[in-house]
Amino acid sequence: MTSPSRDKRPVNLDISTIKLPLAAITSITHRISGLILFVGIGILLWMLNLSLSGQAGFDRLQDLLTNPLATFIVWGVLSALAYHMVAGVKHLLLDIGFGESKEAAPIAATVVIIVSLLLIVILGVWLW
Amino acid sequence: MVTNVISFGRSGLYDWIVQRISAVVILLYVLCHAAIILSTPDMDYVRWRALFADTGMRFFSLVALAALCAHAWIGIWTIATDYLTSRILGPKATFIRFLFLLICLGTIVVYFIWGIMILWSA
Repeated sequence: MTSPSRDKRPVNLDISTIKLPLAAITSITHRISGLILFVGIGILLWMLNLSLSGQAGFDRLQDLLTNPLATFIVWGVLSALAYHMVAGVKHLLLDIGFGESKEAAPIAATVVIIVSLLLIVILGVWLW
Repeated sequence: MVTNVISFGRSGLYDWIVQRISAVVILLYVLCHAAIILSTPDMDYVRWRALFADTGMRFFSLVALAALCAHAWIGIWTIATDYLTSRILGPKATFIRFLFLLICLGTIVVYFIWGIMILWSA
């Protein structure tokens, strides 16, 4: 049986109760967007196939992209791509030694969020 | 280990460098296409097809497709070995992870072959 003094010690490191810092949130989002893109590649390849299959296919794709649901899906895939690329560039910059300090991490994460949100909004405006 | 960077062994370091090189290739490919689409507001089928029929673009597309497949595989492997673990899934974790990776690998092979077929049909 455990004594009262033992009870006060942390039992284990329950990762689900730890508040993630901003850099960790952008990191997990990078992974999630990558997983979305894994499915998204299929959608993009399907669209490329249709667009190159002939004038009829090209017209059909353009017609399809006037459908709100289809536009939303494409926007979703391109948004995941935009975010994944921006976060990826941050990753590459870290790899060559930029922004490795503890102070730089939340700033870099904020920049990633702002730039990708901007791109996602621009993509939305461009698609609609 | 630094001298091992170029080695073609199955190692974490090799994966690490492939992931970064492939990332740069895909980034350049996406930026290139974004620039083409943005600078061609009146894109029609004839121009679109001519773009992908160009030998240089076909080569670039093939390299980007290969980079994409390698990049996707390393990313999927990383995620699978991080989250599909016995800590999260219990004793069946190894089997589930193996199955997941097998399905993903199959999907990547399909993407690669399908991509080549699309590129060479243009």
